[in-house]
Amino acid sequence: MPSPFRGGMFGPVPWPNLALPPRTPDVIWPAMATAPIKNIRNFSIVAHIDHGKSTLADRLIQLTGAMSEREMVGREQVLDSMDIERERGITIKAQTVRLAYRADDGETYVLNLIDTPGHVDFAYEVNRSLAACEGSLLVVDASQGVEAQTLANVYHALDAGHEIVPVLNKVDLPAAEPDKVKQQIEDVIGLDAHDALMISAKTGLGIHEVLEAIVTRLPPPKGDRAATLKALLVDSWYDAYLGVVVLVRIVDGVLKKGQRIRMMGTGASYEVDRVGTFSPKLTPAEELGPGEIGFLTASIKEVADTRVGDTITDDRKPIEHMLPGFKPAIPVVFCGLFPVDAAQFEDLRAAMGKLRLNDASFSYEMETSAALGFGFRCGFLGLLHLEIIQERLEREFNLDLIATAPSVIYKIKLRSGDELQIHNPVDMPDPMAVLEIEEPWIEATILTPDEYLGSVLKLCQDRRGNQKELTYVGNRAMVKYDLPLNEVVFDFYDRLKSVSKGYASFDYHLTDYHAADLVKMQILVNAEPVDALSMLVHRTRAEGRGRAMCEKLKELIPPHMFQVPIQAAIGGKIIARETVRAFRKDVTAKCYGGDVTRKRKLLDKQKEGKKRMRQFGKVDIPQEAFIAALKVDV
Amino acid sequence: MFVAMSESPAFGVYIHWPFCLSKCPYCDFNSHVRRGGIDEERFAAAVAAEIAATAARIPGRTVDTIFFGGGTPSLMKPQTVGAILDAIGRHWTIAPAAEINLEANPTSVEATRFAGYRAAGVNRVSLGVQALDDPALKNLGRTHTADEALAAIAIARKNFERYSFDLIYARPGQTVAAWRAELARAIAEAAEHLSLYQLTIEPETPFYALHEAGKLVIPDDDAGRALFDATQEECARAGLPAYEVSNHARTGAECRHNLVYWRYGEYAGIGPGAHGRLLIDRVRHATATEKNPEQWLARVETHGHGLVVDDALTRDEQADEFLLMGLRLTEGIDPARFQALSGRPLDPGRVADLLGVGFVEKTRDKHLRVTPAGFPILDAVVADLAA
Ligand SMILES: Nc1nc2c(ncn2[C@@H]2O[C@H](COP(=O)(O)OP(=O)(O)O)[C@@H](O)[C@H]2O)c(=O)[nH]1
Ligand SMILES: C[S@@+](CC[C@H](N)C(=O)[O-])C[C@H]1O[C@@H](n2cnc3c(N)ncnc32)[C@H](O)[C@@H]1O
Ligand code: SF4
Ligand SMILES: [Mg+2]
Repeated sequence: MPSPFRGGMFGPVPWPNLALPPRTPDVIWPAMATAPIKNIRNFSIVAHIDHGKSTLADRLIQLTGAMSEREMVGREQVLDSMDIERERGITIKAQTVRLAYRADDGETYVLNLIDTPGHVDFAYEVNRSLAACEGSLLVVDASQGVEAQTLANVYHALDAGHEIVPVLNKVDLPAAEPDKVKQQIEDVIGLDAHDALMISAKTGLGIHEVLEAIVTRLPPPKGDRAATLKALLVDSWYDAYLGVVVLVRIVDGVLKKGQRIRMMGTGASYEVDRVGTFSPKLTPAEELGPGEIGFLTASIKEVADTRVGDTITDDRKPIEHMLPGFKPAIPVVFCGLFPVDAAQFEDLRAAMGKLRLNDASFSYEMETSAALGFGFRCGFLGLLHLEIIQERLEREFNLDLIATAPSVIYKIKLRSGDELQIHNPVDMPDPMAVLEIEEPWIEATILTPDEYLGSVLKLCQDRRGNQKELTYVGNRAMVKYDLPLNEVVFDFYDRLKSVSKGYASFDYHLTDYHAADLVKMQILVNAEPVDALSMLVHRTRAEGRGRAMCEKLKELIPPHMFQVPIQAAIGGKIIARETVRAFRKDVTAKCYGGDVTRKRKLLDKQKEGKKRMRQFGKVDIPQEAFIAALKVDV
Repeated sequence: MFVAMSESPAFGVYIHWPFCLSKCPYCDFNSHVRRGGIDEERFAAAVAAEIAATAARIPGRTVDTIFFGGGTPSLMKPQTVGAILDAIGRHWTIAPAAEINLEANPTSVEATRFAGYRAAGVNRVSLGVQALDDPALKNLGRTHTADEALAAIAIARKNFERYSFDLIYARPGQTVAAWRAELARAIAEAAEHLSLYQLTIEPETPFYALHEAGKLVIPDDDAGRALFDATQEECARAGLPAYEVSNHARTGAECRHNLVYWRYGEYAGIGPGAHGRLLIDRVRHATATEKNPEQWLARVETHGHGLVVDDALTRDEQADEFLLMGLRLTEGIDPARFQALSGRPLDPGRVADLLGVGFVEKTRDKHLRVTPAGFPILDAVVADLAA
């Protein structure tokens, strides 16, 4: 099944021959020199997925000559450096590039672009990237109009105090309706869109105007070169050659090589080894002045030693007040990841350690399961994050994994007065001891063409949603729903995409916790509970889900020598039951004279097949059965 | 009746005759139609050469059983059969009480040769009767009628002390009642032995394509099971209990040659596409020859043999083969021999589970055997034990 998060529907587009030759500024700001602050523009591009953010970034890079033709040949979405980003057409990590642009006014400007992830799971990364900039380009696909993530992201930008330039992209498409989309921007977002830019990032149309708008419509940063160093730690990651690299935005003062700095949050101090900018390759510089965005390295051992949002100052004369910083990214979705082949457990541990070097928002701890053996309980920012981590583990580290049912964090109030938080159904205390269970809720925004509205509402309603608002954005409906997160982590995106033929868009943010009638549902195979398949579910939804899971398992567990009962149960009560039939006949009638080899080869195949199954008691459960049972759409 | 042994001492020789008058649509045996005829003497000479080559590798054997299989060995002239038996006798010793089998198609033409085969030394025939119902025979693509087959059985009865015939059941649309009636007639015609095979849809046969296309519907597993159960019942009642999944005999009248396979003994495979298991320096070799008759002939004529496979089997491979073959027999297997072959005992947990569900049982002589409940799902039982 294609991922619901998949980006581009289009194949790779070749680099267009732009009418304008790439402009090489007369004065390229030498990497060492710092630009005068009035000539700096720090900006982000905010957009719904696939509206053309990465393509526009490519065009800006190309037109300002930040990368040579030769470097760009055959590449697109140059800021998406991970394979998985290119393939899925999404940006996961924020990326930065410094462009030098000779504007129509004859001056040369430094444009720092931070390309942010567009997906809700990474809202956190979006926010911190936005905090490093003064303005945003709001890119809207002129053929699609405003979508859920357009709204979410532009609100983040407005919250960050950004100046916003609306950009209508893909005007080359016959289906483009720029006037309608302008109207939507005004009606829904409340932004003045009369001077929105009309561009095609694909053909290169209007890119020059974009660059001019960045210079003339976005404000320069403010900052005092003479003041003590004050910088925002925007992000950090591990680089195989340089060690930990820290992305910084200088607010006041100057950051220099050799300087002793202090991280105000952690109190750690370091001597700066290198400073520099992004070309987008890391390019060393002598210093970074106020308003600049760049990097530093300082023999920091681990990414975990840096705290995103921290304030960096001069160790010898530290400033008094820290920058506001951001809320830490906390995992909201959890699941178990187990190696299909138990022998890969150590490899999995090593791989997780490596991934975590660059992604502090993902957490893991060891877990054992009767059905799946040794694995890890992992926390993620959202479902896409989960999918991406799983995919990276499988792809970059050559592992085969099984993921258990995604879960959220439940707050459990015990009769004893104690309170605990669990995210693993296995940790669920005895129901008799439980006074109340609370689950997290979200506010979801969904935009959908009118014709699918009925199905979308039904889906939300089925998922225990409460409708809060229903309005229209042009001819599309925009609904806001309060939904329990545990209904959303369970196959909601896939369903939404399928009921809307892919046209609905979705975004959400966590709101608060509410008490709910949740029960722990177990799946029993041959009368034994399979821990990997148990889950907390709302009482009203348990039976339907249980039945669907039993049916799926029945379909995918091959016949055995004996009948295998498959049951869903709440406590001791069976709520659904199916039976995997027993073989009635499975015997080779005729042997081919003395040709035992043929029979032995068949036996070897049978054995191979068994290896791909999990032995659970006396029952062999194929891997696909676990995966499919957890995906049933009820 | 049967002795427990760590190696089955019986030695058998299988001779494959790969030619048929027409190809039956269900059959995937190594059988070929040669409209232009074949040079029978030349093939017989090649068979003799291969016997010599094999005997050079495993000299000094006493041959307990010989089996002419096919294809259609009853297309051979009796002299050809005689010449091949002579060749066997020249290179090995044929035991005085050796069982010498020949597979025959039950047509009137072939039946005329039965006396000649007897004279050449054959002492047991098995006839491919397949059905005692003309429409069914026609659907199976057989060229003989039921009456013709019955006549052939009568001639076999006159010429041979021991004979058997094969039937294919679980045919399209066959009901349990109809099969019981047909089987009752077969039992009346049988002497001491019957082979009763459920129709198997084999890949790359015309039946396979028809079956895939939904144009040939065979009984499903439940119906197949009912037919199998009925077969066991009818035969047991008639004093012809199963001694192997598809083979039924009066006690002592089992096909000794096939027992060599099932007891995982030593046998030589001669002729195109024949398989052997040879004990050379106490190492068990799996052998197979070139399948295509003419290419086999060319190989033998240039190299003296047609071998294309000659693999020394690992202990695990031998253990698997031993289970695959031995558990087909109602006498079961000696677990000690499994251990001797594989170097490890049968997994006690799995054995216990299978004993628990009643698919296997232990006999008084400590053999492990599949029960009547286990036989219909034998392949699953073996896969479980072998895993
Ligand atoms: N026709 C057309 N396609 C475009 C344009 N800009 C981007 N695309 C295509 O839209 C898809 C998504 O673009 P991308 O830049 O990856 O979007 P992102 O998800 O916002 O980064 C890609 O297939 C692009 O080739 C444009 O101006 N016109
Ligand atoms: C090696 S065959 C050849 C015997 C001989 N040529 C004949 O057809 O009479 C031996 C037996 O295997 C059985 N047999 C062959 N193909 C079969 C199939 N597809 N399903 C079940 N039994 C089959 C038939 O009963 C046949 O008599
Ligand atoms: S079933 Fe017998 S006669 Fe028919 S093709 Fe096969 S070997 Fe030949
Ligand atoms: Mg992108």
